[in-house]
Formats: sequence, structure tokens, C-alpha cells
Amino acid sequence: MAVQLDARPPVAPAPGTTRPSRGARLSRFDTRYSPYLYIAPFFLLFGVFGIYPLAYTFWVSLHDWDLLGAEHPFVGFDNYSQLLADPDFWHSVVNTLGIFVIATIPQLLLALWLANLLNRQLRARTTWRMAVLIPNVTSTAAVAIVFAVLFGRDFGMINWLLDHVGVDAVDWKANRLASWVAISTMVDWRWTGYNALIFLAAMQAIPRDLYESAAIDGAGRARQFWSITVPLLKPTIIFAVIISTIGGLQLFTEPRLFNSGTNAIRGGPLRESQTVTMYMFENAFAPHYNFGYGSAIAWLLFALIAVVAAVNVLLLRRLGGGARKEEPR
Amino acid sequence: MTRLWSAGRLTYLALAVTALMSIFPIYWMFVVASRTSDAMGQVPPPVTPGGNLGANIARLFANTDAYFLTGLINSAIVAGTVTVSVVFFSTLAGFAFAKLRFRGRNALLLVIVATMMVPTQLGVIPLYLLMTKLNWNDRLPAVIVPALVTGFGVFMMRQYAGQAVSTELIEAARMDGCNTARIYWNVVLPALRPAAAVLGLLTFMTTWNDFLWPYAVLNDPENPTVQLSLRALSDGYYQDMSQVFTGTAIATLPLLLVFVAFGRQIIGGIMEGAVKA
Repeated sequence: MAVQLDARPPVAPAPGTTRPSRGARLSRFDTRYSPYLYIAPFFLLFGVFGIYPLAYTFWVSLHDWDLLGAEHPFVGFDNYSQLLADPDFWHSVVNTLGIFVIATIPQLLLALWLANLLNRQLRARTTWRMAVLIPNVTSTAAVAIVFAVLFGRDFGMINWLLDHVGVDAVDWKANRLASWVAISTMVDWRWTGYNALIFLAAMQAIPRDLYESAAIDGAGRARQFWSITVPLLKPTIIFAVIISTIGGLQLFTEPRLFNSGTNAIRGGPLRESQTVTMYMFENAFAPHYNFGYGSAIAWLLFALIAVVAAVNVLLLRRLGGGARKEEPR
Repeated sequence: MTRLWSAGRLTYLALAVTALMSIFPIYWMFVVASRTSDAMGQVPPPVTPGGNLGANIARLFANTDAYFLTGLINSAIVAGTVTVSVVFFSTLAGFAFAKLRFRGRNALLLVIVATMMVPTQLGVIPLYLLMTKLNWNDRLPAVIVPALVTGFGVFMMRQYAGQAVSTELIEAARMDGCNTARIYWNVVLPALRPAAAVLGLLTFMTTWNDFLWPYAVLNDPENPTVQLSLRALSDGYYQDMSQVFTGTAIATLPLLLVFVAFGRQIIGGIMEGAVKA
């Protein structure tokens, strides 16, 4: 034991050289309270810079609060009632939900399909996985700028390709639906591979013998996929949907940089692709600096995220529950 | 019967098409970055690199609207500081949650998991007011300090510490007279190193990429992060696309290098986290 002690720097005086009572007291203090010391930084910093601002947003939303005003009078729910009657707000809600639906549904289906491919016996396994994940590690802003050019009206590569199959040039920025498709493409490009790896991890945890006995019972690959893989992946799918909901409804960087110039924060001259977070920005920061109104937008978006996440979970539970009955034993 | 379904030609074909679509926009970014600005108007669009990269880089760094060099340095400072801090505080708290016994442990852990679901981005307005009060607007602490801890990091380290740190080793160290801080430094941290490295890489990439909060709080065009420099370039009155793309390529390059060097570990981290979550 003495040898072991010598191997590391002496950290505490050897027992017997100091009064044992003091050492014991220190040690008891250490075991009892040091855990709190170790977790305190997280709670302190997250409290001050994470939770407090979110909660205080509600307080600000009850006031007529702008950058220059010396006073900010309490106005109750005025900001909210004004917001509910604001067509630009609802316009941004529809944009956000539209982009969310167009992006998320194909993305998760593609990710499932891709995970199923990656779950086979592959040569150069890691290389394929890296190839599908690489979009996720690139800079969002950089990619948004590149896609904005790819989707350009006059010289964009997408229109050039479409021209070859006889489709007329699409004005991706000026057409509302087209701008949703373009932005959804960016989102899917970034996240499909990531979700595929998450699904792949869950697929690898499914016992092989389930498939073997299903194969003996005469179930083909497709049948096995829908009757075994998908139901057993349900918790992971729900997880992915919740994460996509939280991220997707707050979408900001992609639509903001898809547009450029003076109207960028409005998502184009007619707000073709303005999301709720962009509308919050437009009101809370330059040019308006209306913090009260912006905060009300933030809280309604919060509510929207909660509602959509809950609806998604309920829908998915139903879906999985139906499939479970067909699951082979 | 083989353990896995074998992959046929169609599987490889489908994966190759997917890989091509994943990589093409990044590749094309470098193509345009290495050409002259009239490449944008060419039909068909160019798909091979040109010889103009050096000149584009020179023009980019000389551009007086973008402050690109400042942006790069600032992003390196911000992402570096945040990474060190997140790894340090996450391993510390993760160790406490996994290996130390204290009152309220489970409840507090639940709070941490819940924070991962909270859209804190919606708190930007009071955060902005707070930064005004602290006089941090337009300055780097405004983007560093709020990012110093993440619930995700604590949770990830807690999951990993549970299996990677041996309880016997901790007990033995305690017998030898180590206090908890020593145990963290000499026993826990070395055991957590692989997972801590993955957390560090993920944190660095997320922080380097962050756009929304810097965009809100760093309004001084002379003191941007690199992502804000890109915004300035792309919002410019005249768009010189080869210069803009040179900017996007340089801003992406550090991430690509990290990914090529540590891709296997990053994939492992993401997939392990998925099973446990």
C-alpha cells in the first residue's frame, strides 16, 4: 500500500501526522457536499442564461416595452390579442407549419429507408456512414447560402436540371410553396443522414432471431420491415419526431439566409418564407425593437411547439399500437 | 443464415446516390470558390475546380464589409472556450450524477433531461436585455457565457460515466486518502476521455455553426463571428459569388477537417447516445 501511495503525488497527509478528527471532518464534509459543488455550475449558469430568460419573456410580453422608451407600462394581454389579430403573424405560422410538414415527413421516411440500407452487410461501413452524416457537420449558414444559389431563378443548377426534363424555370424565392420546398430541401439535406444513424443504432439493438422466425413463417423483407422493425423502433421514432418538432418549428438560419438583402428578415417582399422565429426577430430587434410584442410571439411559438409535439406523440402512439398486434411472437 | 442481410448491387447504388447528393453541395462550394465570378452565369454550370482560389481568398480577406479574418479569430475563440468549458462542467456533473450519492440526485437529473427539451432560443429577448445590462452587447462574452454548459453534455457524460468508471477504483482511491476532487482528476477524467472527446467535437461544431444568438447580440459589423461574416457577404449590395463561396468554403473547412479526422468517433458517439436516450 505504501508503494501505491508513493506512486502518486501526496495529496493528503498520511493518517497519523495530523489530528484525525480534523481529517475525518473534512472528509465527511467532502463526501456530503462536494456533489452539489460539482453540479452547481450547470444549474447556476443554465438558470441565469437559460431558464430565467425564458420565464422573463412572459413578463416582458405583458408590457409595452421598446428599446427607447424610458418606461414600459403593464398592458396585460394586449400584445397577445393584437398578435392573434395580426395577419402577418398567422402568415408566418402557416409558413412554419408548411415547411415543417414538407420537411419532416419525407425526412423521417427517407431516414428509415437509409438506415435499413446501412443495416446490411456492407463493405466500407464507416465510409458510408460518414458520407450520409457529412451534411450534418457543415456550417448551416454556409449551406443556406449555397442552396440559395442552387435554387436561383436564372442560373441555378436545380432549374437547369429541371429544364432538361421539360419543366419551366421555377422562381423559388417569389413563389410561396416553392420557397417552402427549397427550404425543406436544405433541412432534409442536413438532417436525414443524422436521423438515419439514430434509427440504425436502434435497429441494431433488435434481436436477429425475431427476423429469422419471421422468415421461417414466410414473411418477406418488406413485411419484416413494417411488422418488426418499424414497431420496435417506435420509441426512437417518437424521440426523433419530438426533436424535429422542437427544432423545425424554431427554424431560422435556413430561411433567413435563403433570402438576402433588405427584405431578408421578412422572408422576401411578400413574406413568402418568413417563419415565426423570423417574425419574432423582425419585431423584437432591428428595425422595430418592440420587445413586448416579440416576447408574446416567443410564447405563442412555445405553445405551438408544445401542442404540435403532443399531437405528434399521440398520433405515433396510435400508429405503433395498431402495428403491435401483428407483431410475431 | 448470415447474421445480416447481404447488400446487393441496388443497395450500393442507392447508397452511392445518397452519398453523392450529400457531398455535392459541399464539393460545389469549393468549385465556385476556385473560379472567377462569371462562373455563376455559365450554362451548363461548372462542376470542376478552377485556378482562382488564391485570388478569391486575397479579395475575401481584403473585403472591408465582411471582417472575415476577425470573424475567423472570434469564432475560434468562442468555440474553443465553450468546448473546454462544456467538457469540464459536463464531466464534473456527469461524474457526480453517476457515481456520487446525494439527496435529490434523481430529481435533479430529471430536471437536466427536461432542460434538453426546452426551446431556450425563445428566451433571446430577455437575454438581450440582460447582455445590455452587463454591457456585453457586441462583445464575445455575450456569445460565450450563455453557452458554457449544456444539459445534453451533462446527460451524455452521466450515461458514459455509469459504465466506464469503476466504482471499485473510486473506493480504492478514497481508501488511499484521495478527496473527491482528486478522484475526479486522477480516476474519473482519464476513464471518461473517449466520450469527453466526442462531446468536445460535437460542442465545437455546434458552437462554430451557431447563428441565431450571435446574429441577435453581435450587431457591430466590425466584430462578427465567422457565420455573421458570411451573412454580411451574402447580404452585400453587389454579390460577388466566387468571393461569397470562398467565405463559405473557409468557414466549413475546419468542420470538415475535424470530421475527416474523427468521423468514426463522432458517429460512435451519436449512435451510442441514441440507444441510451
